[in-house]
Formats: sequence, C-alpha cells, structure tokens
Amino acid sequence: MFYSSIGHYSLILGLCISLILIYFSVKNFKNSTILNTKILSFTFLQFFLVVISFICLIISFVLSDFSNETVFNNSHTTKPLFYKIAGTWGNHEGSLLLWLLVLTLFIFIFFLKTKNQPLKYKLLTLIFQQIIIIGFFLFLIETSNPFNYIYPMPEEGMGLNPILQDPALAIHPPILYLGYVGSSIIFSSALAATYLNIVSNVWASHIKKWIVVSWVFLTLGILLGSIWAYYELGWGGFWFWDPVENVSLMPWLALTTLLHCILVLEKKQVLTSWVIILSISTFTLSMCGTFLVRSGILNSVHTFANDPERGLFILVFLFSLICVSLFIFFFFHKSSQNNLNSFFWLSKETSIIINNWFMMYFLSVVLIGTIYPIFLDVLSSQKISVGPPFYHKLIIPFLIPFLIAMAIGPKLKWIKSNIVDKVYLILLLIISIVLSFLIVKKFDFNLLLNTILVSSALYLFFITLREFFIKKYSNISQNIAHFGFSLLILSILFNNLFSSEIITNLKVGETFTSSKTKIVFKSINQKKEKNYKSIIANFSIENLDGIIDNLSPELRIYNQPNIVTSEADIKTTLLSDKFIVINIVQNQDYFNVRYQVKPFMLWIWLSVILISFGGLISFFKKEYEK
Amino acid sequence: MYGRKVKLRFLFVVIIFITLILTVFLVLKSLEQNVVYFQSPSEIKSSVELNKSKIRIGGMVKKNSISINVKEISFIITDFKNEINVIYRGAVPNLFEEEKGVVAEGFLKDRNFLSATKILAKHDENYMPPEVKAALEEN
Repeated sequence: MFYSSIGHYSLILGLCISLILIYFSVKNFKNSTILNTKILSFTFLQFFLVVISFICLIISFVLSDFSNETVFNNSHTTKPLFYKIAGTWGNHEGSLLLWLLVLTLFIFIFFLKTKNQPLKYKLLTLIFQQIIIIGFFLFLIETSNPFNYIYPMPEEGMGLNPILQDPALAIHPPILYLGYVGSSIIFSSALAATYLNIVSNVWASHIKKWIVVSWVFLTLGILLGSIWAYYELGWGGFWFWDPVENVSLMPWLALTTLLHCILVLEKKQVLTSWVIILSISTFTLSMCGTFLVRSGILNSVHTFANDPERGLFILVFLFSLICVSLFIFFFFHKSSQNNLNSFFWLSKETSIIINNWFMMYFLSVVLIGTIYPIFLDVLSSQKISVGPPFYHKLIIPFLIPFLIAMAIGPKLKWIKSNIVDKVYLILLLIISIVLSFLIVKKFDFNLLLNTILVSSALYLFFITLREFFIKKYSNISQNIAHFGFSLLILSILFNNLFSSEIITNLKVGETFTSSKTKIVFKSINQKKEKNYKSIIANFSIENLDGIIDNLSPELRIYNQPNIVTSEADIKTTLLSDKFIVINIVQNQDYFNVRYQVKPFMLWIWLSVILISFGGLISFFKKEYEK
Repeated sequence: MYGRKVKLRFLFVVIIFITLILTVFLVLKSLEQNVVYFQSPSEIKSSVELNKSKIRIGGMVKKNSISINVKEISFIITDFKNEINVIYRGAVPNLFEEEKGVVAEGFLKDRNFLSATKILAKHDENYMPPEVKAALEEN
C-alpha cells in the first residue's frame, strides 16, 4: 500500500516536472545564451522521481504486496527472489515504467555529456524529448498504471508466466530498451538540428556516439531474446521470422543503415535529408513495434494483456509524432548546397549508398511480411500468415551482392578511388569459391545457390581476416563488425546445411534407432522444487562414431500459474550443439522427443557479440577513421 | 545535347526506378506464393474447391481424440460443428491439450483429413489464438 502510493505520486510529480522543464526551456530558448542551471537540476529530479517509483515497484514485488494489481497479476509468494525482482519488468506496466526510466536517464546523460553544441540545440532536443516523456507518462498513468490498488487484498498472486522465469529474459528487456530509447534521443536531436538548420559534420560526429550506443544495445538485446527462444521455447532454432522478432529487427536495420550513413555526413556534408529521414524512421519503427506488440495485434509472449485502449493511445501518440516530425522536416529542412557533394562512382560514398539500398530492401521485405497479414485481416477479414519461406526467398539471393559489396566497400577511399590489391581480391575470390564448393559438394540439393552463398560469405571472411594483419588498425571497429557479420552468415549457413533432426514418440525404456543415431530412453525421475515439480528424463544417445552422450531434458509443471514448460538439455561444444527436448502428450504413456544436432550454434552467438564489440570499440575510439 | 552530368543523373533515376519496380514485383510475387491461409473446419467443409497449398486450421482439440504411436500423433480439431482429422509427425508444444485451442499447419488430403507439418505453440494457459477465437465465435 505504502510503496504503491509513493510510486504513484512520484510518477505524477515526474509528469509535472516535464511541464516545468518545457516552460523553462522555452523561456531559456528565447531569452538567454547561458544554460539555465535549473534545467539540469530538474532533469535530474525527474530521473530521480522515476527511479523512486521504479524502486517502489521492485519493493512491492519483493514484499509480494498483492494489494498492488500489477504484483497480484504477475507474482507469487513461492517465486524465487531473483524472479520477483526480474518480474518487475516482465509485465506490461513494469516494462513501460522501465522504458520511462531509461528515457529520463538518457536525457539527463545527454545534457551532461553534450558539449560544444549550441545551447538552442540542446534545449530544443530537451523539449522534443520531454514531449515523448509526457506521452509515456500519460500512457503509463492513464492506461497502464503499475500502482493500481486491489481491495480487498488477495491472499495470493497469479504468478509469472514460467517461460519468462529465466536469466536471459531478466536482462533482455533492459538491454533492448536501452537500444530503443537511445533511438528516441537520435530522433529528438535530429528534429532539433533540422529546425535550427545545423545538420552538419559537427552534429554528425556528436550524434554518432548515440547511434553507436543504441545500436550496440539493440544488437545485444535482440541476441538475448534469440538465445532465450533457442533454449526455452524448444523449437530448436534461433530465428523464426515471427512478427514479434521482426518488429525488433526493423529498427535494427534502420539503425544500422543510419550508422553507415552518418559516416558519410560526418566526412562530406552530403545525404543530410537521408540521415534525418533515417533518424525519424528508426524511432518510428521502435514505436511501431511497441504498438503492434502491446496492442495485442501481434500475439506473442510479449502480449501481456490485450487492451484496445492501450493500442489506440500508442497509435494516436505515434501518429502525432510522425506528423510533427514530417512537418519539421518539410518546412525547416534546407538541403545543403555545396560543391563538395559530387563523387566518383567508385568511392566509399557509393559503397555506403549501396549498403543503404540493400538495408532498405531488407527492411521493406520484413515490413511488408509483418504488416501485410494485419492489413489483409482488416480489409478482407482473411486470415493469413507469412512464413519463413517468404523471407528466405526474398532475402537470401540479395545477400550475395551485399556480402561482396561489404567486402570491397570499406577498402575504397572517399570521393574517388581505385581498387587496389586486385591480385589479392581475385585470388581470395577463387579460393573462397573452390573451398565452398568442396564443403557444399556433399549435399546434392541447391548446390549452385549454396556454393555461391558460402563463397561470398567466405570471401568477406577472408578479406576482413587479411585486413587484421595488413592494416595498422585504423578502422579496426568496422573490420571487427564486418568480420563478425561474415562469421554470422557462415555459421547460419553451416547450421542450416548440416543440421539434423529426429522427432519421435517414446515410452520409458524404449529405444529409437536410425541409420546414424541410437536414442535410448533410460529412465525418468521426479524432483520437487519450491514453485514447480519437475520430471527429468534420462537419455543416452549414441552416434556413428560410438560417442555416447547422456542428456537429461526436463519438464517443469509449475503450480502457479499451472503451466507445463520444457527445459531443453543442450550439450554445447565448439563445433556443434546437441539439443534434446521432451514433451508429454495428455493421457498417454508416450513422450514426444525431439533431438537435434545443430552445428556452429555457439558461433552464431559469438559472432553477434563480435559485431557489437566492433561498435563498442568505435564508441571508445576518439578518432574513428582518417 | 544534354550535358554529361544530366545524362548521368537521368541514368541514376532510371536505375533507381527499375530496381524499385523490380523490388515491388519480387515481393508481391513471393508473397502470393508463400502466404498460408487460415481456415476453420466448417470453412473447409463448405469450400467448393480443395485447397492444395499449405493451410492452417484452428479450433479445439476434441476430447479423448488424441492417440499416439512411435511415429505419429493423431487428433481431431473441432469447431463444435465440423471436425477435421489430423495426423502429425513432429514436436508438440507444451500446451497441446484436449479441449484447448490449437492451430495446425499442413496440407489437406481431403475434406476430412489434414497431414500436419507444424502445431503452433501457445504461450500461456489463458491465451487463445485470435483466429481460433474468431472461428469459434462465428459458429
């Protein structure tokens, strides 16, 4: 009761401070050239109030205060402490509060860290950011208040969905939000810079830091979600082109494009309009994702409650943000007129434009695949779904030129360039083709496509690898990221090519034998934990080489809420993952067993970490590129 | 005669235009082929022509209809008016239970029989796929 009230009133105070801040900023904007120190203090105060509110919610969760509706709906006394805390942001209301927390934190950091920029620009960014913050405050207080009372107080809570009770999912939302919310700073700052007409290389190198930070967090956030889906959902894969995954991929694609594009602006004062459009669309896509997921239009583990009012609110909010930004873009943006903006066709600029083109293509494919079913449903009430074949067919062929351009592009110089090291480039291409042909040859299907795909990925791999040795680390971050990407594509390709799967139904004591594998279902034991019972199945699996693996997948029957989850048992080695998951079928003695050998699984995760590591290095480097 | 710069710019515009058209064409074409339609058992019964491509069927798993052997699982999807027999080889999701909502994806053999390639997972016990809900409400 007590903590809920404190939390609730801090939120309302925080909202008031937004209004005060806007008032001061507008006054300061008109009159003075020196920053009003009150603004900084109020920004901090606002952040502080949201922190208090957030801590209150955590305390309510830890104390299992079921007079709080959010706690009642998402917690339970028997839940382990770690998940009581993590459960704070594992639900709709709490995750929005977290979003707000990051919003206020980022604008505070923005004020502390932004130097050498015009005061007007800082103030205007603050105003735009406060408009977004007000939107979220209103959304939170009006439609999804985390501090609603229940009277009389229930004895026991409803519990958290067990598949969310997982370490990866405890840190997935905060990391992802850091990326999403970072894009809001980029959005506000781009609008402010457009309004003041200071979109220049100085602005570009300042905002680049924010782009890199958001990008790193967004990448890691998506990675965590993917790892979780791999071992918790038991589908035995890392990406399913599920609409919910797609909505996080879309801002990532836009942000990655922006990350490349800002480099051109930084060097050459061209592509200004394009950078602004990308900044706007990155944030819009993040918001769109929130709308689609929160409104219940897309059904998934993220849909905590289907409430049309919430969806409508976000839709109206999103729509007005888009209108405001388009208005500012069309009325205040002056495209730069200078004589620097011509460049030769073979240059770094061209290669970045090529990158942009491909990224936009991938983005539109994902966008169409995600929203087309929604439109069709609204227009003709036909229900359809768009599956992986759609995405594979449209994306994979374009990966080939994309990878090759990615290999050669960074080697080019600005404005005008020649291709140097022609011998090496061709030699490496031949090596990659021969090597990939030898690898793929064993598999009859799609020989041509697979060879070309693997060889283009190998080509990028070799070229970036060679770069590590010959360059004096002048753009190491870019090289690491591209190297990581080649590794990612290679791992995904090998993973797809060499995966094998056995699905069968077995009783205890039975044995499944195929030409390559023998699966013995030895026994089951039971275990009782605090909030669930578990059935542990013991398998021993023997493959052709005579190696025997003992794997014990688990079924957990949670008591509150009463849900069965499968815990896969995965044996990870450098070269491949052995993955086994079981399921019971109601009223039957049989267990449904799924056994998979997934090569290079570990490398998929590692390469994504490597990619974001590249971004991290560029953040800490003072001078990115000569 | 136009200058070199104008020609180049014109060429650039043409290339962009062509790639744009090509993109839209490719996407639409691929969408047409890879879309999976959702139907209820009653819709299938009343359909004039049998859908040869991959479809999704949603409804309830009929009580006492699940049976299983080493190779496959069979069950009946019902919308309380009509029923479809489903045979499935593959992994079942956690919340696959009798008298609960289910979505099966696969190919129709005839109007009574679906050979499923995938059974869709639900994420919690209260959740009902919106298609299933709509299909049940219609009847």
